[in-house]
Amino acid sequence: MQPNDPQVKWIEEPKLGLAGKMYLPLFVQGLAVTTRHLFSPKVTVSFPEQRPQIGNPLIYRGVHRLNKDEQGRVKCVACFLCATACPAHCIDIIGVESPWPDREKYPQSFSIDELRCIFCGMCEEACPVDAIELTSLFDLTGRSREEMIFDKEKLLSVYDQTKDAEPMKSTACGGTVT
Amino acid sequence: MPTVLVDGQEIELAAGEKLNGIQVAARAGVEIPHYCWHPGLTVVASCRMCLVETGTRNAETGAITMLPKLSPACQTPATNNSVFVTGSAKVIQARAMVEEDLLIDHPIDCPICDKAGECLLQDYHFQHGQAERRADLRPFTRRRREMGDTVTLFVDRCVMCTRCVRFTREISGASELMVINRGSHEEIDVFPGYPLANKLSGNVVDLCPVGALGDKDFLYQQRVWFMKKHPGICTGCSTGCSITVEENQDHVYRLKPRTNMHVNEWWMCDEGRYGYHHVHHENRLTEPWVKSARGPAPSAESRDKKVPDTFSKVEWSALLDAMDSRLRKTQRLAAILSPHLTVEEAYLLAKYCRSIDGNAWIAMGHVPMFGEDQVFAKGFTVRAEKCPNRRGVEEVVAHFMGRVPKWEDALAAIESGEVQAAWFSGGYKKSDWNDENVAARCQGLATLIVQDMFRSPLYDQADYQLPGAAFAEREGSYVNCKDRLHSVVWAVRPPVGVRTEASLYWQLLGMPGMYRSRRVLDEIAGEILYFNAAGGPIPPTGVDLKVNLLAGASA
Repeated sequence: MQPNDPQVKWIEEPKLGLAGKMYLPLFVQGLAVTTRHLFSPKVTVSFPEQRPQIGNPLIYRGVHRLNKDEQGRVKCVACFLCATACPAHCIDIIGVESPWPDREKYPQSFSIDELRCIFCGMCEEACPVDAIELTSLFDLTGRSREEMIFDKEKLLSVYDQTKDAEPMKSTACGGTVT
Repeated sequence: MPTVLVDGQEIELAAGEKLNGIQVAARAGVEIPHYCWHPGLTVVASCRMCLVETGTRNAETGAITMLPKLSPACQTPATNNSVFVTGSAKVIQARAMVEEDLLIDHPIDCPICDKAGECLLQDYHFQHGQAERRADLRPFTRRRREMGDTVTLFVDRCVMCTRCVRFTREISGASELMVINRGSHEEIDVFPGYPLANKLSGNVVDLCPVGALGDKDFLYQQRVWFMKKHPGICTGCSTGCSITVEENQDHVYRLKPRTNMHVNEWWMCDEGRYGYHHVHHENRLTEPWVKSARGPAPSAESRDKKVPDTFSKVEWSALLDAMDSRLRKTQRLAAILSPHLTVEEAYLLAKYCRSIDGNAWIAMGHVPMFGEDQVFAKGFTVRAEKCPNRRGVEEVVAHFMGRVPKWEDALAAIESGEVQAAWFSGGYKKSDWNDENVAARCQGLATLIVQDMFRSPLYDQADYQLPGAAFAEREGSYVNCKDRLHSVVWAVRPPVGVRTEASLYWQLLGMPGMYRSRRVLDEIAGEILYFNAAGGPIPPTGVDLKVNLLAGASA
């Protein structure tokens, strides 16, 4: 876009008034903000002894989990839509024919490179069967890069760990999102 | 000259040209959606997706009379003064209705369907269908039926276009597929005890506009949108079908036919289609080895207890100079050019050997023959000659030798001691191109170089064991049995440690920069009369080399 483009709107810088030129009133104003925060209640928590409050777990984007269906099988149908949507290319799936009569395809392996993930939530958006969801677990640590590539078992165990605190999001799956 | 009116555009046809409404509209740049019509098959006009308004124009007055009802464009011939209207409200509504009807019974399991992404039902529904589906969504039923060893049918996804049925009747000729039941219960099936088992069976999967017929070899391997498509040439036999190599991250997942009316039309055979697995075979050679010490020759009494030769792994950089200087010390040299090499590679190797020894033997490699040519109903032929480039290599050999010494002649020359060093190029899909007998005949060579993809008796006793490239990794030209030259570029990179023959020869010849096939082909076209026609641009459908020869002969 050129500077003389008709869509570009040029704005003049506001002129400084007398108070601005004098500097002192603005200085006092800033100091007042600092002083106010000095006496207001503290929001900083001393992590990890203290856990911060997650606002709304339904929209929080933490570690992924792979949901299970009523029979305890992985819900994922290996359609690769999450891998397609992923802007960081961190999802790696191997889809094979499923051993179950009511399903055609399932993931033989499903791994997410949590170090590569940017936690944008696109995988959750793309999933047609609500199999992949982002939980509110955020403190994600590991001793090696390999450890941070979460495989299917690990992602399913995240589900087991979080299912009580965070039920599945979609109403179609008995979730709570309206 | 016949003139046809498509959406107000006047399209002129050549005299005697027979086109239907879909083809003539395509010429006008208008796409008429269709499922059941395929240019290679007969017309049934059963899917009703190509319904358009048709009419005629009075040649004298110019007045246009339209038919009151819609007609299928695939079945309406484009004759002089035909009129097609493809975008009227009536047509648009008809398309939306057809789409809605097709989806009543469709499981809409696109997320797990292998066709998703290249499915006509998806595309046309997006373009011509309604935004909402009024039919009740049914739960996905997994009705699957095996058609044969290569193809499986997902019964509920089928839209009954019967392309596959017509293909087995008209092209492959065995008529294995049929329609059972009637009306809305129609289904594709095979006759009991007669599975789909012809050599062209894989084509029904390409023909299927939806995901009903699935390729078992490709089933669930990749989503189609991940793959990149590279135009290529099938190296399965000397027909040299035009294909598309579909690859993701240097792994070939499938081969598909590419339309080339001069060679394979729309088809390819199963042998070629599934003949790419050697590219990623676990036994593929990926490191160059050099024989560091030759084991003592076995004595008469201890023939079975041969002490094995010792080999050491080397780097390419160290190997080339050593190999080059060793070859330069030998008296007589022989290059055995495999018919799996491209024209450029064959030429470069021959040129390299001649640059060392002015009288070097250049001979044709082993030409694998298997069974007999198989010709199908409409002329599609699977050749017995299982290599892509015999003609091209033959002409290169003839250029250097003045005649074409065969594989046997070369072996005889090696056995007689006339030749001291030999370079065997491989590239065969299997290692059966030589056996113990051939290896024994080459025992007397002072220097033996074998470049191939898989171990074989000859490879095992070579002084220089070089890993070779597979067809999808090569860049260059192939000449098929009908003297048609096709140029291809590589689709995948060779495995780590492997160098393509072309780049190796290029470096040995001391040519600057990276290997460029076009430059070599220009040189060949200038030097060898047979390749004269390849001097110009080479279209994706290839160049007929015979045309120029005939012109040259008559001149």
